[in-house]
Amino acid sequence: MNRTKGDEEEYWNSSKFKAFTFDDEDDELSQLKESKRAVNSLRDFVDDDDEDDLERVSWTGEPVGSISWSIKETAGNSGSSHEREQLKNRNSFSTYAQLPKPASAYSLSSFFRGRTRPGSFQSLSDALSDTPAKSYAPELGRPKGEYRDYSNDWSPSDTVRRLRKGKVCSLERFRSLQDKIQLLEEAVSMHDGNVITAVLIFLKRTLSKEILFRELEVRQVALRHLIHFLKEIGDQKLLLDLFRFLDRTEELALSHYREHLNIQDPEKRKEFLKTCIGLPFSAEDSAHIQDHYTLLERQIIIEANDRHLELAGQTEVFRKHPRKASILNMPLVTTLFYSCFYHYTEAEGTFSSPVNLKKTFKIPDKQYVLTALAARAKLRAWHDVDALFTTKVLQEYVNLVEDVDTKLNLATKFKCHDVVIDTCRDLKDRQQLLAYRSKVDKGSAEEEKIDALLNSSQIRWKN
Amino acid sequence: MAAHLSYGRVNLNVLREAVRRELREFLDKCAGSKAIVWDEYLTGPFGLIAQYSLLKEHEVEKMFTLKGSRLPAADVKNIIFFVRPRLELMDIIAENVLSEDRRGPARDFHILFVPRRSLLCEQRLKDLGVLGSFIHREEYSLDLIPYDGDLLSMESEGAFKECYLESDQTSLYHAAKGLMTLQALYGTIPQIFGKGECARQVANMMIRMKREFTGSQNSIFPVFDNLLLLDRNVDLLSPLATQLTYEGLIDEIYGIQNSYVKLPPEKFAPKKQGDGGKDLPTEAKKLQLNSAEELYAEIRDKNFNAVGSVLSKKAKVISAAFEERHNAKTVGEIKQFVSQLPHMQAARGSLANHTSIAELIKDVTTSEDFFDKLTVEQEFMSGIDTDKVNSYIEDCIAQKHPLIKVLRLVCLQSVCNSGLKQKVLDYYKREILQTYGYEHILTLHNLEKAGLLKPQTGGRNNYPTIRKTLRLWMDDVNEQNPTDISYVYSGYAPLSVRLAQLLSRPGWRSIEEVLRILPGPHFEERQPLPTGLQKKRQPGENRVTLIFFLGGVTFAEIAALRFLSQLEDGGTEYVIATTKLINGASWLESLMEKPF
Repeated sequence: MNRTKGDEEEYWNSSKFKAFTFDDEDDELSQLKESKRAVNSLRDFVDDDDEDDLERVSWTGEPVGSISWSIKETAGNSGSSHEREQLKNRNSFSTYAQLPKPASAYSLSSFFRGRTRPGSFQSLSDALSDTPAKSYAPELGRPKGEYRDYSNDWSPSDTVRRLRKGKVCSLERFRSLQDKIQLLEEAVSMHDGNVITAVLIFLKRTLSKEILFRELEVRQVALRHLIHFLKEIGDQKLLLDLFRFLDRTEELALSHYREHLNIQDPEKRKEFLKTCIGLPFSAEDSAHIQDHYTLLERQIIIEANDRHLELAGQTEVFRKHPRKASILNMPLVTTLFYSCFYHYTEAEGTFSSPVNLKKTFKIPDKQYVLTALAARAKLRAWHDVDALFTTKVLQEYVNLVEDVDTKLNLATKFKCHDVVIDTCRDLKDRQQLLAYRSKVDKGSAEEEKIDALLNSSQIRWKN
Repeated sequence: MAAHLSYGRVNLNVLREAVRRELREFLDKCAGSKAIVWDEYLTGPFGLIAQYSLLKEHEVEKMFTLKGSRLPAADVKNIIFFVRPRLELMDIIAENVLSEDRRGPARDFHILFVPRRSLLCEQRLKDLGVLGSFIHREEYSLDLIPYDGDLLSMESEGAFKECYLESDQTSLYHAAKGLMTLQALYGTIPQIFGKGECARQVANMMIRMKREFTGSQNSIFPVFDNLLLLDRNVDLLSPLATQLTYEGLIDEIYGIQNSYVKLPPEKFAPKKQGDGGKDLPTEAKKLQLNSAEELYAEIRDKNFNAVGSVLSKKAKVISAAFEERHNAKTVGEIKQFVSQLPHMQAARGSLANHTSIAELIKDVTTSEDFFDKLTVEQEFMSGIDTDKVNSYIEDCIAQKHPLIKVLRLVCLQSVCNSGLKQKVLDYYKREILQTYGYEHILTLHNLEKAGLLKPQTGGRNNYPTIRKTLRLWMDDVNEQNPTDISYVYSGYAPLSVRLAQLLSRPGWRSIEEVLRILPGPHFEERQPLPTGLQKKRQPGENRVTLIFFLGGVTFAEIAALRFLSQLEDGGTEYVIATTKLINGASWLESLMEKPF
């Protein structure tokens, strides 16, 4: 924060804040310091952190510590850092000597243990902080100013205040649970997400999972920040543990399910979706998740089969209309369209047949007819379109006929099976229905519907 | 200078100058020639406060966008990364830095976090082994960016999601900081009103920040009379409805980004005779839209149906002005005519552009589908058939209209019914998942969590009460010469703005009952001023209210507030601040789940 520097504006001259503004002096000072640093390669070891002398408070209530701060920062890159690295490396037997080291003293990072990414370079101080001399070892070779964190007894609220200003500050000295919790509560009361997260990372590292969860359960704001943080860094395992602990089962399930978005390989994705079935989703969602799995399973089979067919070049529809994209991971309706396009006439027994999809996923009639129409029309398979239209449209018109006998005659004539069946049912005419059974295809949905009616004990037949 | 920022009641150029100064100071810290590597998202907001010329004055010689692998070659001493504090960007920066080390002369790296340093990001840089490579790691608190004479935005795209889904208060903290900055420049705001959970928190943070800062009293004479903090989730309805003002429609159809809009080029082809239209431009036409353009300032907030007549009137005026040349007889007259030419030509160019834009919009608004959609929206907002499955929405799904459009309508129906009946909700969900993909379960859950799409609880629909008390639906709307804010949606008066209007007159006490139905607390705080700074308002002098939308605001709502500001007996002028300028589509987009 250095809003108030270089204030040539009238505003500043007319305001009371003059006392808090920087003037050119500081720039000279910083230049001086820079050159000093350049000639003195050992400066890092002896230089006192005189930020208190420089500290100013700006009108936002933030101290303006950026100059001394930046000098401290630059130390890491000056000539001295190399020597210091060597020194450190010798002490720690590090194998990472050739890598650029975060030699800077700043930031809590040495106390943080974020996710170690695969293939990333573990930092030196991380390695050091695992040694018995835990809290002091990383500070060896740091500017003297750092030690003040240890000698000066920052209270939790001072510490949080310093963190908020981006200052160097050790959290290691907060050892008791009580101290740690107080630190957390201070951070929460500041509302600064950045600082809350910093404290949470410290707690996550130094408290057992059970205690951390237990303490956060009664501190909702901090808890939400932890959940957000875990999502951000992708620590799925701890996140799931947390949801389990909190008994937030649906969130647990959704959070697990969400991961499938990151799995590209269809086979692996399918296997992953299988692990989602049976998780504590709501009843509605459970059915959708099951369908999601089944759909991908089907798509994988269809895809393998059709790629083969297409390559073989024997099937006319694939020759004439090469596939534009794979069917994998497409929505259900798109899959239905695809299957109406390439596999319309297939028997119900095959996975790729439209009727099979309709049945498996309980696709409503309306949706089915609309999709089939679109697919067949695209292929210019007018015959199929006609058939779809006839049944659909005629059915609607025939249904509008008021006289029952005329309706039944028309429906029989135009093979509007549903209308015939429904009318027989409404007339409670068992004999006519039985007779009609011979007119529908064996094993068709209509036959099933008739059988269901005939066997129903709910209907009081008139004959 | 950005003159249009100083036209308003509050001179926002003061803020712009303050942030420019800070930028210059940072650049000067990195002595010598420099290249800036930009997080692409930031270039838009930065464009509003500084042109390249400013950067060039401070030895910025090259600019790149942040991309993986190697940095492009540049013979400069400093490489500065301007980035948002996001983990994925840190990975890219590390890649840049690591591949840089192996070749060429050593260069100094710096990083400028906008708007805030993040300990998490620095940790990531450290994990990647590059943290020590940066000389300056600083933050640039570009919290509130001046967009226009009466408009400020944080342009924080994730703010709504963070606040209302994840309960992460970081963006609220930035909002509070931005408000502290404003108070430092424009004086302490004596009265704070608010409605909503987030509003309460921002007010708390402000009060706390003020208390912590005990160094000195703010001695600036207050420019703002009061501050109104409003949670977006107090009014989820307004952004879902299609905006019908000129600017709102431009945003709905083409999307306004950082005051720029990209338009299809065909309509903007220079009409030359004998050209035969061979060389139609292929690149999108990019236009800046703000009050610096006189004509735009006049028509942006009008209902689109009132724009045509203004444009044709302007056309007549301008051609008459050009005709004047025939009347210019004497040298003096000709001279006078010529001196006016630049202004006239600018006006003609501006008119040509807006006529073209209006044509483009008209193509959309006169389409059958637009009309059908609007009809359904208006039915919902006036309370008709909100409790059953809507056939237009069904058709949209069947015809696979964009998912965002479908979600927007379903959410609108849900909000106008205080939640949908379980059966209706399940039906929509099923249709959406089967048509657009099961993975959208996640998005639907987000919408539910945000209160946008939910089952009705307790079987009670509160919307009619809210609608009637706040007069949200006006049957007799005058689009040409509006008398009420409802003109911005051709009938629907945005709830958020109605709250502001009622606060200013007669006060919220008159609507206590409705305020209790709407989510979150409502409150009032006072920030005492030393006697010397207390304002004595002249008779007839308007109050100035800063209204801050936490979670986003639409152009239509802004138009409604400007309408109130301009009312002769309104008594209040508004300056608008927000976390993000949104429309229904961009807003819902921010709530959709995508791969990590």
